[in-house]
Amino acid sequence: MTNAHDTSWVRRNRMTLTPLMFLLPGVLFFLVYVISPILQSFNISLYEWDGLGEATYIGLGNYQELMSDRAFETSLWNNLKWLALYLLAIPAGLFIALFLNQTITGMRLYKSLFFFPFVLSQVVVGLVFSWFYLPREGLLNAVLSFLGMDAINVLGDPTMATYGIIAAGLWPQTAYCMILYLTGLNAVDPEQIEAGRLDGAKGWRMLWHVILPQLKPATFIAFVVTIIGALRSFDLISIMTNGGPFGSTRVLSFYMFEKALSEYGFRMGYGSAIAVVLFLIMLVFIGYFLWSMYQDEKAARR
Amino acid sequence: MLKSIKTSVATVAMTAGLTTGAMAADLSGTLRIISDMSNPAPRAIMEGLAADFDAMHPDLTVELEVVDREAWKSQIRNALTANPPDVINWYAANRMAPYVNAGLFEDITGMWEGGDLPGLDSVKGAMTMDGKQYGVPYTYYQWGIYYREDIFNELGLTEPTTFDEEIANCQKIIDSGRKCYTIGSKFLWTAGGWFDYLNMRTNGFDFHMKLATGEASWTSDEVRATFANWRKLVDMGAFIDDHQTYSWQEALPFFVNGEATAYLMGNFVVPHLREAGLTDDQIDFYQFPKIADVPMGEDAPTDTFHIASGAQNKEAARAFLQFVTSPDVQSKINGPDGLGQLPVNANASVADDEFIQQGFEMLSNNATGGIAQFFDRDFPAEMASVAMEGLQEFMVFPDNLEDILNRLESARERIYQ
Repeated sequence: MTNAHDTSWVRRNRMTLTPLMFLLPGVLFFLVYVISPILQSFNISLYEWDGLGEATYIGLGNYQELMSDRAFETSLWNNLKWLALYLLAIPAGLFIALFLNQTITGMRLYKSLFFFPFVLSQVVVGLVFSWFYLPREGLLNAVLSFLGMDAINVLGDPTMATYGIIAAGLWPQTAYCMILYLTGLNAVDPEQIEAGRLDGAKGWRMLWHVILPQLKPATFIAFVVTIIGALRSFDLISIMTNGGPFGSTRVLSFYMFEKALSEYGFRMGYGSAIAVVLFLIMLVFIGYFLWSMYQDEKAARR
Repeated sequence: MLKSIKTSVATVAMTAGLTTGAMAADLSGTLRIISDMSNPAPRAIMEGLAADFDAMHPDLTVELEVVDREAWKSQIRNALTANPPDVINWYAANRMAPYVNAGLFEDITGMWEGGDLPGLDSVKGAMTMDGKQYGVPYTYYQWGIYYREDIFNELGLTEPTTFDEEIANCQKIIDSGRKCYTIGSKFLWTAGGWFDYLNMRTNGFDFHMKLATGEASWTSDEVRATFANWRKLVDMGAFIDDHQTYSWQEALPFFVNGEATAYLMGNFVVPHLREAGLTDDQIDFYQFPKIADVPMGEDAPTDTFHIASGAQNKEAARAFLQFVTSPDVQSKINGPDGLGQLPVNANASVADDEFIQQGFEMLSNNATGGIAQFFDRDFPAEMASVAMEGLQEFMVFPDNLEDILNRLESARERIYQ
């Protein structure tokens, strides 16, 4: 008892210090590799800099230029298209998961077949789809001509190209969402389904009122990965159209790469300004995700 | 022992054309080279060059690193700024500008002025910025129209020399159910080649260079005239459909299968055509025909070697530059077993190949207007990328021309300020 005031400050505060010590390496890495590059991007976006010579401070000049840059406008719209249409992967994944959540012989095989596109690299997906879309030899046009319709050049037509790429992106993304839901479905409580059935719930009502609420964690994760996947879409665009035809399939991440790092680029300031805009868009979603997770944890603690 | 090595070194140096013997004798240390000659044939050439140079200088170790050619276009920046090598590959003309302006390429005006590089006078211009030279070329190649000789014979066509003849030929080709030109514009630069030629033929080499340096306007009558000529070809259906979806290699089958009869390309297309099974009786070459009465300008892109200004062994680097540009080495590396392109040294021999000979003849005697590097090497990088996108759009939607030109003009006003 007399020892109480002798024990060191470290000892007295170890309940607080221990978690802090464990957090420290992670926090350090996060600061060095995530936070500081973000701040640097903000800083560089205020300069005109080719990455080699002297950087000139131009204030918000890069942002002003963005306002009148049609390529930027196209990229922004395409990002919105990606965001909206990519979300289709969630209901599609859910329905495939429901469909596959049965006990039939060979079900594992079917499940792995459906899961297969997610295992492929995005580059391979892009290549396969660009061959599928080929204007003369492509499978799509073979089918269309079999049905007596005119051939189309999906990736060569500025009005269709972005949708063509999104369709390619949905293929693996749907598989991803499907897997999330399949694991979610395993955790659905059979007693609640039984109870619902006794109360006369069937089909849609059962799905909507009994199963979906229990799948909420899976839906949340599917939503997060799909939104992030849509905003960082890059590989498919680079492989399938290289941003073309005439820049109609660019998205912000691709445009940033072109302006800052590609063969004809090296406008670091302008590229950073695009990155900042993309970051701010992402921040809306990241903020929402964090807030929602915080709410969940608060509810769980009660 | 030492003496015998020295003499053998001297003989090698002599045969290599290095008559300034002093250079050969006392090089030591390490020579670090980063090369972008990553395709199989050029890679073998580069490795041979490094090995030969290493053997010539017993006290010198040559370290060669070969980087992927496309990747090098963005890696060069890091390579030159952090721990720079001694010698690197790059491109001539405006493509040097960012590195010259940032002081990363060594000024080697002394070598050019001091007579260390005999026989290179004709290519000096491409290495010059603000009156100083920053490197040496090692190879270049012509551009022009490669065509299916057998189909021309079948249709009774001859090589056109004027644009009217070109169009008349093209009409007959279209009537025979073929397309006149194959092109794959997915990566844009191929459209730049068409613009180069149409603009140089319509308005002359000097105007083309004014456009490249930002002195001429994209909305000028001259540029409009160029596009009007181009539109004649687009409207008559001279180009293959859906070219915006293909790379230049993916456009090759149209030529090989005879669905399109000609390809405006650089000489590097020839090995691909031969590999695809076309014989030299089936392919031939002609210079892009005359449009207006102006001296003919030609595209002949030049690949180069430079010394990094932060190089550790500049003496060896300078000797290496002399070595690669010497007549014998030039004859060897550009020969049919090597790059199959044109040597830069006037005293080197030109390979006995139908296409290389025709290209050499054309560039020596019939390129009085001047020699350009290529659209994306003459124009500043940013202007080139915006413009080539516009050129591709024009080829697909010629009606958008007004919008495209206004866009390019506002880009010009911003980029060259």
